[in-house]
Amino acid sequence: MAIEVRNVGKRFGDFVALDDVSITVGDGALTALLGPSGSGKSTLLRIIAGLEDPDSGEVVIGGEDVTHAPARSRGVGFVFQHYAPFKHMTVHDNVAFGLSVRKRPRDEIGERVNELLGLVRLDGLAGRYPSQLSGGQLQRMALARALAVQPQVLLLDEPFGALDAQVRAELREWLRRLHDEIHVTTVFVTHDQEEAMDVAEQIVVMNAGRIEQAGSPRHLYESPANEFVMSFIGPVNRLGDALLRPHDIQILAEPDGTGTEALVERVAHLGFEVRVELRLQDGTEIWAQVTREEAQQLELAEGQILSVRMPAARVFTP
Amino acid sequence: MSNSGEGAVTLSPAPSGLARRSPSRDAERAARARRLTVRTIALGYLALLLLTPVAMIFYRTFEHGLTPVWNAVTAPNAQHAFWLSLEIVAIAVPLNTVFGIGIALLLERGRFWGKGLLGLLIDLPFAISPVVVGLALVLVYGKTGWFGDWLTEQGFQIIFSVPGMVLATAIVSLPFVARETIPVLRELGTDAEQAAETLGASAWQTFWRVTLPGIRWGVVYGVVLTTARALGEFGAVSIVSGRIEGQTQTLPLYVQDRFENFDSTGAYTAAVVLALMALATLLAMNLLTRRTRRRRTV
Repeated sequence: MAIEVRNVGKRFGDFVALDDVSITVGDGALTALLGPSGSGKSTLLRIIAGLEDPDSGEVVIGGEDVTHAPARSRGVGFVFQHYAPFKHMTVHDNVAFGLSVRKRPRDEIGERVNELLGLVRLDGLAGRYPSQLSGGQLQRMALARALAVQPQVLLLDEPFGALDAQVRAELREWLRRLHDEIHVTTVFVTHDQEEAMDVAEQIVVMNAGRIEQAGSPRHLYESPANEFVMSFIGPVNRLGDALLRPHDIQILAEPDGTGTEALVERVAHLGFEVRVELRLQDGTEIWAQVTREEAQQLELAEGQILSVRMPAARVFTP
Repeated sequence: MSNSGEGAVTLSPAPSGLARRSPSRDAERAARARRLTVRTIALGYLALLLLTPVAMIFYRTFEHGLTPVWNAVTAPNAQHAFWLSLEIVAIAVPLNTVFGIGIALLLERGRFWGKGLLGLLIDLPFAISPVVVGLALVLVYGKTGWFGDWLTEQGFQIIFSVPGMVLATAIVSLPFVARETIPVLRELGTDAEQAAETLGASAWQTFWRVTLPGIRWGVVYGVVLTTARALGEFGAVSIVSGRIEGQTQTLPLYVQDRFENFDSTGAYTAAVVLALMALATLLAMNLLTRRTRRRRTV
């Protein structure tokens, strides 16, 4: 089901959480709401779910105006940031909750729960209580619980925020594959641009209650609409008014008169990538990203003076 | 605080472990001495205030053997007082439980004008002397009170009868459930309730399946305190009841009546029964909490 948010506004006291926000999420799409904390991304997600009422505007899910419909009748699955497990229930009962409040027959519930626990790889843990699960397992239980009622739309609030790096990467990959399998329209909130770029088909960049830009990860990276998007979606160097990606800085093996002189202040080897910190003649500090091989060829060393070329700098005029 | 059943034992600090790690033997010894002092003071205080008097009552009760105790227990007025006390508890406690949970939900989840005031009002029965509560009830519901005439005409008697005593007991034990439930409700948060809502649960289903199980230990503790308080209530009930022997005499009133009539065995026996009832309540909660805990915690 497609989601359409039209001109939604929301205030909390004097704080404007959302200011005339409109987005469209295609049927079956996997979309990220990306922004710094306080940008309104979670509020927008909660408004789509019906957990928060907008002050103005409309929310349409699958062609139906649900702006004033309660959360329970919107057909959304919601995964909370801290999973919101029912602590007094077993994993099985947690996942079964949505079906059992709908008074489905016991056999059907048991079958569906087993199927879902298999899908999220928690088979064998049905009898455990949430306090006996790890963060990653809780996350998957919460997902299974949300999917049990076959929602038209799956909403996830910072789904990987509270997990350690390795589990996070694993679940990211897994969410992608799950989405390929079940094709439910999915929106997730994140403040991590890498996570958004990795998982989502479409990214909506938010800042201070507004949408800055929406588009595919590649599109956002290659043609950011403004300074905020460019600096939020990847690393940047600032040269006066111009912004420049570190990998766009070319370090010349031999000065040919087209470059600028720069002093190498530090060389950090980060595996495949090498980070070169440079100071230009006017004192500006920038850094360049080169591959390990390039670094070897150039024989980079601290204190070296070399020549750099910066062809792709971008200037945004407000 | 959902955790409650630990009682006096928690007063002594955690044993060994800490001290073993300390490098100096002197420091270790000092720590042990400190622990011992704290423990002695705590237990001594408890003994002086609670254990000795209670033990004395038990001793004096059984001083002359079991026969006088049996006679005292089976005396008709004693029996009546026992059942009346139970009856009042059986009405007042459920009433206050439902009301207390409702108030707690209102104060913790609701947003309305005058919330702070309601929060203060809830504690009022703690602050006001039970005697004053009793007098106030007489003023309102008594023969010469505001509703007195009208109630008498309708054939209801509140004062000097069970309804008044239930009312008085309910008022003095009102705050416990709400006060014990509010912090647990706060700790529970709203996430699980909202999750239930997105999963299609109605408000009623959410309450029964998610909220209530989440706050049950707070509620249970509140109920236990309410029961203990209701069983022991003297001042308010004393005024409202008229203390009519064999009619409006609860167990605490009976104890005082026996005491004043120099029937010490009668007084002590009734006191012991009262103490045992309170103890049984505490024990029941303890067992209940422990059994469910063991099943559910790692």
